[in-house]
Amino acid sequence: MIELDRDQLISAYRIMKTIRVFEDRLAVEAATTAMAGPLHLYSGEEASAAGVCMNLDARDRIYSTHRPHGHCIARGLDIKALMLEIYGREGGICNAKGGSMHLADPALGLMGANGIVGGGMPLVCGAALAAARLKTGGVAVGFVGDGGSNTGQFLESLNFASVFKLPAIFVIEDNGFAETIASSWACAGDHVKRAEGFGMPGRRVDGFNVCDVYDAAHEAVARARRGEGPSLLDVKLERYYPHEQGISDAMRLPNHVAWLKANSDPITLLRTKITSAGEISESELSAIDKAVDVLIDEAVAKAQSAPPPPVSELLTDVYHAYP
Amino acid sequence: MPTLDQPKTSSTISSHSMQKEGAPLRRKARISYRAALGEALAQEMRRDPTIVIMGEDIAGGMGAPGQQDTWGGAFGVTKGLLGEFGRDRVMDTPLQESAIIGAAIGAASNGLRPVAELMFNNFIGVCMDQLLNQAPKFRYMFGGKLSTPVTIRTVYGAGIRVAAQHSSAYHSILTHIPGLKVVMPSSPFDAKGLLIASIRDDDPVIFFEHIGLFDKEGEVPEEPYTIPLGEANVVREGTDVTIVAFGRMVDLSIAAANSLQTQGISCTVIDPRTTSPLDEETILESVADTGRLVVVDEGNPRCSIATDIAALVAAKAFDALRAPVQMVTAPHCHVPFAPVLEDAYLPNPEKIETAVRSIVRAARA
Amino acid sequence: MPSEIYGLVIPKYGMVMTEGVIAKWHLDEGDIVNEGDELVDIETEKVANVYESPHAGVLRRKLVPEGRSVPIGSLFGVISAPNAEDAEIDAYINAFESSASSVTATSAGGTSAAVVDIPGGYIRFLKLGDDPAPAAVLVHGFGADLNNWLLNQGSVAESRSAYAIDLPGHGGSMKNPKIATIDEMATALLRFLDAKNLQSMHLVGHSLGGGVAARIAIEKPGLVKSLTLIAAVGLGREINFPFIKGLIEIDRRKDMRNLLETLFHDPALFSRDMTMGVLNAKRIDGAMTCLKSIAESCFAGGEQTRVLRSELVQLPMPIQVIWGQSDRIIPPEHAANLPKSIRVHLLEKAGHMVHMEKAAEVNKLISHFIAAN
Repeated sequence: MIELDRDQLISAYRIMKTIRVFEDRLAVEAATTAMAGPLHLYSGEEASAAGVCMNLDARDRIYSTHRPHGHCIARGLDIKALMLEIYGREGGICNAKGGSMHLADPALGLMGANGIVGGGMPLVCGAALAAARLKTGGVAVGFVGDGGSNTGQFLESLNFASVFKLPAIFVIEDNGFAETIASSWACAGDHVKRAEGFGMPGRRVDGFNVCDVYDAAHEAVARARRGEGPSLLDVKLERYYPHEQGISDAMRLPNHVAWLKANSDPITLLRTKITSAGEISESELSAIDKAVDVLIDEAVAKAQSAPPPPVSELLTDVYHAYP
Repeated sequence: MPTLDQPKTSSTISSHSMQKEGAPLRRKARISYRAALGEALAQEMRRDPTIVIMGEDIAGGMGAPGQQDTWGGAFGVTKGLLGEFGRDRVMDTPLQESAIIGAAIGAASNGLRPVAELMFNNFIGVCMDQLLNQAPKFRYMFGGKLSTPVTIRTVYGAGIRVAAQHSSAYHSILTHIPGLKVVMPSSPFDAKGLLIASIRDDDPVIFFEHIGLFDKEGEVPEEPYTIPLGEANVVREGTDVTIVAFGRMVDLSIAAANSLQTQGISCTVIDPRTTSPLDEETILESVADTGRLVVVDEGNPRCSIATDIAALVAAKAFDALRAPVQMVTAPHCHVPFAPVLEDAYLPNPEKIETAVRSIVRAARA
Repeated sequence: MPSEIYGLVIPKYGMVMTEGVIAKWHLDEGDIVNEGDELVDIETEKVANVYESPHAGVLRRKLVPEGRSVPIGSLFGVISAPNAEDAEIDAYINAFESSASSVTATSAGGTSAAVVDIPGGYIRFLKLGDDPAPAAVLVHGFGADLNNWLLNQGSVAESRSAYAIDLPGHGGSMKNPKIATIDEMATALLRFLDAKNLQSMHLVGHSLGGGVAARIAIEKPGLVKSLTLIAAVGLGREINFPFIKGLIEIDRRKDMRNLLETLFHDPALFSRDMTMGVLNAKRIDGAMTCLKSIAESCFAGGEQTRVLRSELVQLPMPIQVIWGQSDRIIPPEHAANLPKSIRVHLLEKAGHMVHMEKAAEVNKLISHFIAAN
């Protein structure tokens, strides 16, 4: 098990806290102000984004899902540009053309969040193929949910990546439900065994423990960089919000989420772990909390006051060139 | 597990066999549509090391103990490329269209310039998400930040008795999608120039090769050259009617035009070469001259490129029209197996002639 | 009354079959055949099939032995009515073969352009004619190619070999942008002449090609028996530079057509093919760079940079100059004030492409001039 050092633990905390405050704030704003577009919030799942993305560098590419805010923040996407995009304002990271579900920043290796469940998985193979052919040393990570894990595109990608021994890492974020359907029912068999069926290593990961995620991802990334091929991570975690804001989550038992927050919150677990070891103080973490609050406050204020994009932008960027 | 360092096989006799860089090929001036496409691929792959080709059986024999480069593609277009470029750049794939096309698209955004093959355009059903929701939308959804310079070559068209699931013409469906470009060469000259242009284009291009044209021969320059996407070819100039035709329908329209000439009717034949972008100007200018339009397309008649052009002309050249627009297309049914039925399904010169004659009174011969 | 004779032809099985093997004959010559009888087994790479006779009659010829592979469409046997004479059968077979081979010959291209290597590159050329008299070499102008001489080369070739060449940067010749000046093009052309072992020839040059031809005559007068300059570069400073610029910059058919009208006195004369020829040539890799490079060298500042008049008038070999009076590219005044030894022909109702607009007259002028020298 690889251990995170002091700086990495603080980094992990900062990333997870930023995601949490960002998402929780969006939930509040969506409930109290007029906001266009669907919101699929990541609160509760932060350990997965943080643990995986901390293993990546500038050579690497990630492909995300319709629930992408956590992955984007973990890869360092500018918080203000992210908020502007979610609000559909000028200056959004995708010039307000994509919205919450279609975020990208190639400069950070964020190759696109996908609104089609499973749609990004073949693209992961492509990014990994390019890395292999161009010998960049990079890896391509595909995040997918338990819903996406049954799609043809995902399963085809497992085969393709294995046949070509691509430096790809498939991260299933199994939060227990695809919309309202329980993954325990919908996913036949077992993800780790499926991976092994395709000839790649699979590992079940505790998605509430950022250190476990970090360790699993570290192993997968190292394997990929060594040219040994793809891996699959089956990350078990839970989301605090419904599939989409404003939509019923009643298929979960009442008080379930409250119980999770009280007993199995990944940020609380991390905080306890790193402060009890003594090296990092509560006050240091509280300072981070304050800084994050300010950051999110500023981002919301900016987004809510920013102008929408000009209508003249409607027809731009359809093509590189069209006569 | 297959290795990627296959020993280079000696290339078979092909018009694009190994030759030193910069030296012309010194082949005969007329080559086939198939050879023109292969030459385009070979020359581009020599010029740009980021170009890789991928698809089912595009070489053939991957993982098998016998002859490699067994087919060189289901229609022989990519034969010989394995010997020159090796398995890293000439990739046989498993049979899984979503992954093949999706991987090509993903690689295109990450520094490679892939040319993937969809063996029959009918198989688009399997990978449609990638061509509907993914490649065409990246640039737009992501605010101009992502580029997808991918070319998807596919075979389309009826006439060789392979029936409903291998004979369709789905170019109209893809023309509908913003963000894609759709190319349909009708001759060896156009095939080479348009394929090179498609590969160099930074947008996703779907390149439709007609199944009945692979053996057609024509003059093709040895050097690499391009044809701009969105430029129609006026194949024949006339005064009485404008015939707009695509792919294999171009030759049928020329045959009809030649026959009509003997009946005192003079036809312009326009081959738009690309349905997206479409050279509207050339079509509209011609209709302004002739006042009559016949569109010939082997796709089914509802929501097709034929209806698209008919509407364009009705909207923008209404005053020039002296007769209703005629469309010669397949009927609203599937491609049947029995040869006599398939022949009845397809447009042919007689049907084109009939359509022309229905709107043109023959001038005195 | 000709007897009924039926040719048996290799059919096409499957999508990519190009040839078939006669694996086994089931009948012998002289056997009676009913419609539907099994005649031969034909094998291809993907499939083997029994070929059933489409006709009734007598199997008169088996033209392909077992084990031989032949292309699809080939004649492999003949069935006829019993009373058909052998001579009739032979005639049928010959007619079939000769039509097949003539089809092949046509598709191989008849007389087509070829490419020859020269030091530093290659030159495409079209050679017509065969007579051992000193050859004629025809050199086109800026932005054109050997098809420039479509209406002239055949005439010249009646009396001698006529080579129409593509200048460097043009047509199917080398695309090296470093060959940009008249002198550099002349050097390349000299290498061509050397490669084809042409030691004594008549040069005919149009426009920029005229300048190149003149330069060759100046450089190697011993090689040149006569020089015909048609609306040539090199006789003065003026040039229609906007035309040159347009030729380089325009990429749309309609706009190019409008521009090319400048070349003619009567624009109705030229074809869509010519417009497309110019556009297609520019789209060959490297062609645009070369055209720009040549324009920059030869027409810098909107003027001709290389005036060869003073050297030209001192040349020993016979020179004739042909110009169209309506030339809007290079003014016909450039043909004025030449020494009397240089024959000058100013043709009415002709523009810069005088050799196309007045082809018959120009052909006569060229043929007579060459014949006389």
